[in-house]
Amino acid sequence: MTRWNAIWLAIVAALLIAVPTVIGNEFYVNMASQVLIYALFALSINMMLGYGGMVSLGHAGYLGLAGYACILLTINGFDQLSAAILALAFSTVMAGFFGMLSLRAPGLGFIMITLALGQIVWGIAYRANDLTGGDNGLRLPARPMPFGIDLNSAPRFYYFALAVVAVALFFIWRFSRSPFGASLMGARDQPRRMSMLGHNVWLIRWLTFVLAGFWGSVASLLFVYYNLFLSPHALGLQQSAEILLMAILGGASSLAGPIVGAAIITLVKNVISSYVERWNTLLGAIFVIVIIFMPYGLVPGCRELWRRIAQRRKPSASKAASEPAA
Amino acid sequence: MSADTAANGQTPVLELKGLSKSFGGLHAVRGVTFKIMPGDRKAIIGPNGAGKTTLFNLITGIFPASSGQVLLFGQDITGWQSHRRTALGMARTFQITSLFPRLTVLDNVLLAIEGLRPSKFVMWRFLSSYRDVYDKAHQLLEQAAFADRANTEVRYLSHGEQRQLEIVLGLASDPKILLLDEPAAGLSSGESVEMTEFLMRLDPELAILLIEHDMDVVFDLAHTISVLHFGEVLETGKPEQIKNSQKVQEIYLGTG
Ligand SMILES: Nc1ncnc2c1ncn2[C@@H]1O[C@H](COP(=O)(O)OP(=O)(O)OP(=O)(O)O)[C@@H](O)[C@H]1O
Ligand SMILES: [Mg+2]
Repeated sequence: MTRWNAIWLAIVAALLIAVPTVIGNEFYVNMASQVLIYALFALSINMMLGYGGMVSLGHAGYLGLAGYACILLTINGFDQLSAAILALAFSTVMAGFFGMLSLRAPGLGFIMITLALGQIVWGIAYRANDLTGGDNGLRLPARPMPFGIDLNSAPRFYYFALAVVAVALFFIWRFSRSPFGASLMGARDQPRRMSMLGHNVWLIRWLTFVLAGFWGSVASLLFVYYNLFLSPHALGLQQSAEILLMAILGGASSLAGPIVGAAIITLVKNVISSYVERWNTLLGAIFVIVIIFMPYGLVPGCRELWRRIAQRRKPSASKAASEPAA
Repeated sequence: MSADTAANGQTPVLELKGLSKSFGGLHAVRGVTFKIMPGDRKAIIGPNGAGKTTLFNLITGIFPASSGQVLLFGQDITGWQSHRRTALGMARTFQITSLFPRLTVLDNVLLAIEGLRPSKFVMWRFLSSYRDVYDKAHQLLEQAAFADRANTEVRYLSHGEQRQLEIVLGLASDPKILLLDEPAAGLSSGESVEMTEFLMRLDPELAILLIEHDMDVVFDLAHTISVLHFGEVLETGKPEQIKNSQKVQEIYLGTG
């Protein structure tokens, strides 16, 4: 089983690395970069949603915090690296603060407070004209040049984003199998029992909130580097809701789910919207259909489907498990 | 201020002083006061709705007390959160089975053991790499005769096995006092006997506070019994005394 996992990982990695060469077309390579950025947003919100059972409707707020911080610092003379580090630090500290506010109330209260906090960030971005340029937004002068590598071409940026997302994915994978990850899932299912076992449920949730905020902020920096521009429109409720839907659509209980969800929603938004005017409706329809047939999302749903098909062909089942469709 | 000590100079494991709780106008627990010494086995009985579970929730910090004090080893822990009380040596089981149904028996026990270990905050190492935690888990499962079902998902266990696993999870933190909320609820008489024997085999130094409706379990295990009625301790005494008490018979026949 683990050997097949390793082979699968190698195949997926090879495919991802081949994307720019295979696709060629700059428009589609850029879209692949966007998929990666949203995948990281969805992965980070899923640390709370999937493992912790905490539904946040304010995740795009980090786009405002980290994004504006990074642009403002750069404009005011900081070099790109310092700007990035300071922006991440600022945004993560704010996540700590937001976490304290949001976790005062469980369940519905948590959703409402994250929603409110996201809207406050949006409101400030919109209103503080002198700082954020208000509705007109702010421009980042240039993409950073890590180790002197120019990221201006579409394939180069794609590889940069791929590297960042791969590192994040690695951390989140380890996280999900760590003692802490186990406690987080325990606190999701039986909070009272967990406290009686000596676990500090509040602290577990708060740390997860902060970590999700950190990776959300990393995704935000990628977003700003990619677009070289940030305006309040990018951090509204719509954005937060879309990030949440990506994780749910792909399957919050799986590691790959949010990535698949991010890919589908980003592609529908960008590709289909040039053919179908009511792409938002289409997106809604896809979402409803998937959730009706696969209530736990696409990845767990397809896995279950595959298991059933393999079971039906029981005689040759041992061989069949090795070649699921991508 | 200073820790109350019993006549023989020992500090009580647990001491309640005028502990009370009201939900709005309902006084669920009223002025409960008692001490539990190391190795004590005390049962709390009383009709449905008497406030037994609520009393446990006050002792374990799930609800804040309206008034009164809870002392653990002489230390006032009235305002403490549950996990800190566990760290000081308190454990409990729940009247409504509260396990992790989709995890295996082993994983349930691992979570329980991790509860008091600093490694519970580690995020970059696999849980499966902590050999000492696994060893402890297997040892605990061995002791409770669960070793053969270590890899069974808890939802596939029988009700009786789940009730027993509740206790195993409570024991994982090596408590000094164990609070059992109707451990034998829903068990067959054979299973009840098995559970009682299991409880009697536990470390004699472990103090046990037991809520139970099954009188056979109570009389086998308890050294003292307190009767709770409308949130108040009506009577406390040795099992024979309670068995023959006029008042107790009245409330069980009258309102039970
Ligand atoms: N969270 C709560 N909010 C309001 N009332 C509550 C709450 N918990 C318990 N009560 C009330 O307090 C009273 C005591 O309930 P409790 O569960 O402590 O009884 P019990 O002695 O454990 O009964 P049983 O033998 O049925 O388990 C009941 O009237 C119950 O309705
Ligand atoms: Mg009860």
